[in-house]
Amino acid sequence: MMLAANPIQPRFWQATAMIATIVLTSSTGEVLTAAAMKSMGDLDDIRARSGMKGAIRAVVTSPLFVAGIFFMAVAFFSLLFALNHMNLSLVGPAAASLTLVTNTIAAKLFLHENVDRRRWTAAVLVCIGVYLLAH
Amino acid sequence: MAHHRLSVSQFLILAFVSVSVPLGDASLSHGMTSLPAISLVHPLTLIAAVFTPWIAIGILLLIGYFASYLTALSWADLTYVMPATALGNVFVALLAHFWLHETISPLRWMGVVLITVGVGFVAQGPVSTTPPLNLPTSISQAEASPLNDALEKEQVR
Repeated sequence: MMLAANPIQPRFWQATAMIATIVLTSSTGEVLTAAAMKSMGDLDDIRARSGMKGAIRAVVTSPLFVAGIFFMAVAFFSLLFALNHMNLSLVGPAAASLTLVTNTIAAKLFLHENVDRRRWTAAVLVCIGVYLLAH
Repeated sequence: MAHHRLSVSQFLILAFVSVSVPLGDASLSHGMTSLPAISLVHPLTLIAAVFTPWIAIGILLLIGYFASYLTALSWADLTYVMPATALGNVFVALLAHFWLHETISPLRWMGVVLITVGVGFVAQGPVSTTPPLNLPTSISQAEASPLNDALEKEQVR
């Protein structure tokens, strides 16, 4: 028996909600992970002092890192859910390029990075570039 | 604020971040397509696939990517590392064109150019614009204090 393609296409707001969930959870995960790594300082220095085991212990026992991994996992399963309802050619480029923009905003707001005109320009160029490459 | 240029080892870590994802994905894809079709009726075959050479290499590359990505985030801004990650898409396009002789549309070439220019913009600037956050982590204060002392000295200078 042939399996019929899913006849129910998501409405515009449903598709938007699915992509927004991927983008927001992915950005949250990446910013939390970046905050965790920033909070512990240069990992090479920790490895030089405490060895590889010490460096791994410092990373995996960080609450921020664990929270970041949790949100990355949610983003992954949100992506799987979205791919079950929409085409990869829509979900992939949209999620990848929008995540770059939300990461830049979140890095400025929460990590207090100095996102100057140079970095904004780079983020927008890479965002459009990723969309064009993946589309 | 900590403004510094990349050392050789840091440059190599960022280069590995860029190339490991496309290489890892390509290894996984090559490994999975060379296997017979896997049915969800027999999910254990999916676990057995993990131990085939190409898929194992792909997984090792992706583990290496994540370790390098985390290391890079410990001394560089997220907005500095992100474009380096996106550079992997450019490597995939170049490999597809020059090695696999695939046709790349003009729009995709434009994407390659935009990402390359974007990465060039970021690479011209500072690696890090923020000091470590000094949030509580598993590292003891005694372990962390030499780092903070060194940072304070750098800020005073």
